[in-house]
Amino acid sequence: MHVLASLLAGLVFGLGLIVSGMANPAKVLGFLDLAGAWDPSLALVMGGAIAVGAVAFFVARKRVVSLLGSPMRLPTSRDIDRRLVGGSLLFGIGWGIAGFCPGPGLVALGMGEMKALVFVAAMLAGMGIWELFEARAKASK
Amino acid sequence: MAIAWDMFTPWSALAGGALIGIAAGMFVLLNGRIAGISGIIGGLLKPARGDVAWRMAFIGGLIVAPLVYALMAVLPSPQIDAGYGTLMAAGLLVGIGTRYGSGCTSGHGVCGLSRLSPRSLVATAAFMAAGFVTVFAIRHLLNV
Repeated sequence: MHVLASLLAGLVFGLGLIVSGMANPAKVLGFLDLAGAWDPSLALVMGGAIAVGAVAFFVARKRVVSLLGSPMRLPTSRDIDRRLVGGSLLFGIGWGIAGFCPGPGLVALGMGEMKALVFVAAMLAGMGIWELFEARAKASK
Repeated sequence: MAIAWDMFTPWSALAGGALIGIAAGMFVLLNGRIAGISGIIGGLLKPARGDVAWRMAFIGGLIVAPLVYALMAVLPSPQIDAGYGTLMAAGLLVGIGTRYGSGCTSGHGVCGLSRLSPRSLVATAAFMAAGFVTVFAIRHLLNV
């Protein structure tokens, strides 16, 4: 059941990315280009998602197990540190140069876009590089 | 700042955003997890036991979404102006950055802000600011 719920959540998420325009890098860059002809649409995507999500997370916070009976695994870390900010800055630069973040990259891959395949492959390589750094950092401790 | 009213699509943005919120909401309520896409993908690189199927299913759902959409309406084709070299650099930065910063637009931006996480607010402010500055630098300083 959990796997089915995952599939459905991924599917609805992907449909949302397509409907909203987030799966189109040109539209994303139009939002990030404050000094150009600015397209504010993506602010409404975030707003719409958060308005609905906030209700679900308000309910989720009070639960000990999920509706399917698994433990709730909500993040517990509260550290605002160099990793959080530095990593997010790097991500933002990558997002700004091509207009792709992880979800839209996968959706565009499903559209059969060769360029999305290159982006996703490079993203996986980047995540692999991070794993190597982490393993090395742990080994030297 | 000049708003491009001809590009502005408020209703589809809100509707698509609501779908994203429904997906994140059903995922946390049913599976008890954060729908953070970079984390879901990243967790596959060093998989724990019993931790692979649901991740693959979520990713599969994202990838088949265009096919399902095409059954109902005409699928819009994305406009990807970046060249292959740029896409490689972008992918590497997104991969390293999202893992180092523990999240992306979905985990921090949608789920984190929905649950009022101060950590996610800082992360979202950081990647949005970096995105704005990067596009400004590329389009208006380098004139690419």
